[in-house]
Amino acid sequence: MIGNVIGVLFDGLAYGSLLFIIAVGLSVTLGLMNFVNLAHGTFAMIGGYVCVLLMTRAGVPFLATLPIAFAAAALVGLVLEVTLYRRLYKASPLDQVLFSIGIVFMSIAMATYWFGASQQPVALPSYLRGQVHLPGLDLGVYRLFLIVVVAALTLVLQYLLDRTRFGSQVRASVDNATAAAGLGIDVNRVFALTFALGSGLAGLGGALGIDVLGLDPTFPLKYIVYFLLVVSVGGSGTMKGPLIAALILGVFDVAGKYYLPQIGGFVIYALMVILLIVFPAGLYARRA
Amino acid sequence: MATRSASVSISRASAVASTLPDDRWKLLEIVFWLLPVLAFFVFPNYRVLGSQILITGLFAVSLDLILGYAGIVSLGHAAFFGVGAYAAGLLAVHGWHEPITGLVVAAIVAAAVGYPVSFLVVRGSDLTRLMVTLGIGLMLWEVANKAAFVTGGVDGLAGVTIDPIFGVGRFDIGGRTAYVYALAVVFIVFVVLRRIVHSPFGLSLRGIREGAKRMPAIGAPVARRLRTIFTIAAAVAGIAGALIAQTTQFVGIDTLGFPRSAELLIMLVLGGAGRLYGGLVGAALFMIAQDYLSGIDPVYWQFWIGFFLVVIVLFAHGGILGGLDTLRTRLRPRQ
Repeated sequence: MIGNVIGVLFDGLAYGSLLFIIAVGLSVTLGLMNFVNLAHGTFAMIGGYVCVLLMTRAGVPFLATLPIAFAAAALVGLVLEVTLYRRLYKASPLDQVLFSIGIVFMSIAMATYWFGASQQPVALPSYLRGQVHLPGLDLGVYRLFLIVVVAALTLVLQYLLDRTRFGSQVRASVDNATAAAGLGIDVNRVFALTFALGSGLAGLGGALGIDVLGLDPTFPLKYIVYFLLVVSVGGSGTMKGPLIAALILGVFDVAGKYYLPQIGGFVIYALMVILLIVFPAGLYARRA
Repeated sequence: MATRSASVSISRASAVASTLPDDRWKLLEIVFWLLPVLAFFVFPNYRVLGSQILITGLFAVSLDLILGYAGIVSLGHAAFFGVGAYAAGLLAVHGWHEPITGLVVAAIVAAAVGYPVSFLVVRGSDLTRLMVTLGIGLMLWEVANKAAFVTGGVDGLAGVTIDPIFGVGRFDIGGRTAYVYALAVVFIVFVVLRRIVHSPFGLSLRGIREGAKRMPAIGAPVARRLRTIFTIAAAVAGIAGALIAQTTQFVGIDTLGFPRSAELLIMLVLGGAGRLYGGLVGAALFMIAQDYLSGIDPVYWQFWIGFFLVVIVLFAHGGILGGLDTLRTRLRPRQ
């Protein structure tokens, strides 16, 4: 029983780490740049497909596909930011929603056209399969791997934002773009790179998550709520908020589906609505 | 240039229309309503599609009430459409086959769901509204999915049998009765809605859309106005849902789904929000294009609809009717 609870908690944490790594980029675009980007899941999907294609068609080992998935999603994000997203930073939320739904539909259609509508399988290397046996408790190796990877990435990101020159430029630009530009910071470049970084992380998360979240063309629509929830509950400006929100969400979702299968996904939607009722303006202060 | 906001272009459009409510029927409107009557005789083979277009048009108009007039962006409007569809469907399945009362019940049930939701929606920023409506829509979908013993779950609710309307119009395979019935109901509801948006109440909604912070200063109860129109919009969406259930004699779980809410937004924006007719025009174009293009390949269809959405947002504000308005004001000085 206790082992069972710990097992669910563990799975929930692994699931939450994945959500965090995918959604952290959204917390910057949505929370700091005020862009309602419903297409964030598309970047995760790109990473997922890059990973699967490299493994099945080119025989690249799983771990080697991860940086490529990151780079591919980041590149697509960069191109889209420079060509399209940039023009809509000051547009109304409705325009941003419609625009990003358009991107989602196009990406779903393209993924279906090229790769078919079915779930993509992923063959994890043998050293990531199986379980670690502890007294009274079995933990999945891959989930352990996920938690470790995300923990490491979080530390790297924290360092990047807090200690580097690029990090302080990002913080200055989102705090006050005009003043930052006045100080000689190329705000457009900073935003583009930040967007690319967020997209890349989503791509990495999508690749890491094939085994847990699955991968098919409807991926961007299926997980949109989870990403939005992580961001709106977690707040922005820090790494800690979205991380904690993602972990809580992961645990609640896994526990809900495990202990109350008859109501399934209902738990997470109810949680979302309740949180938004209790905190009507959202948990983070949206800049005017 | 592309960063100009929607509210700017909407305010320009309403400044063109008129500053005071004007309830007279214009010639163009009368011609517009003669088109579906004409279509009934000219395209007898497309009556089934035609009735679907009319019903979806009404659904889009209901979204226009809250989006175009009150400025509330909703990602879950299909929730009320689905609630209305299930209300009418369940009523018919359980032995009450009279259609008109079915519509009334569906409207009441949808309004009863919409009213409490409106309290949540009125509070909070645009983003919170987006997420609350999205969350409510997904919750209702999940409820309908899990309560399969009532709703039929993913298999849908079959066996919706409807009595002849007023004892004469029997529902037939060719969709004759369905078309006439849908057209009559849509027109009547539209006339009521047209009156509402042209009333001082409708004008105050536009005021709220343009400046929610200033409206209390002239004594308008902003939250109550928004709750009222949200509930009305929910009821109208419920009527549209009930019409679908009655004319197709089936309720699918997709009536509640997020894709339906998203497509609805697309139709409205395609036609032009904030002008009632935009929803009808958008629904007609969307569904005719869908009928034609998805006949070739459904994947192409989804790609192109996404593509057009991006193009509309970047280059064509106000949709088709908005574009026509701009064209008209540009041509006028030259004449």
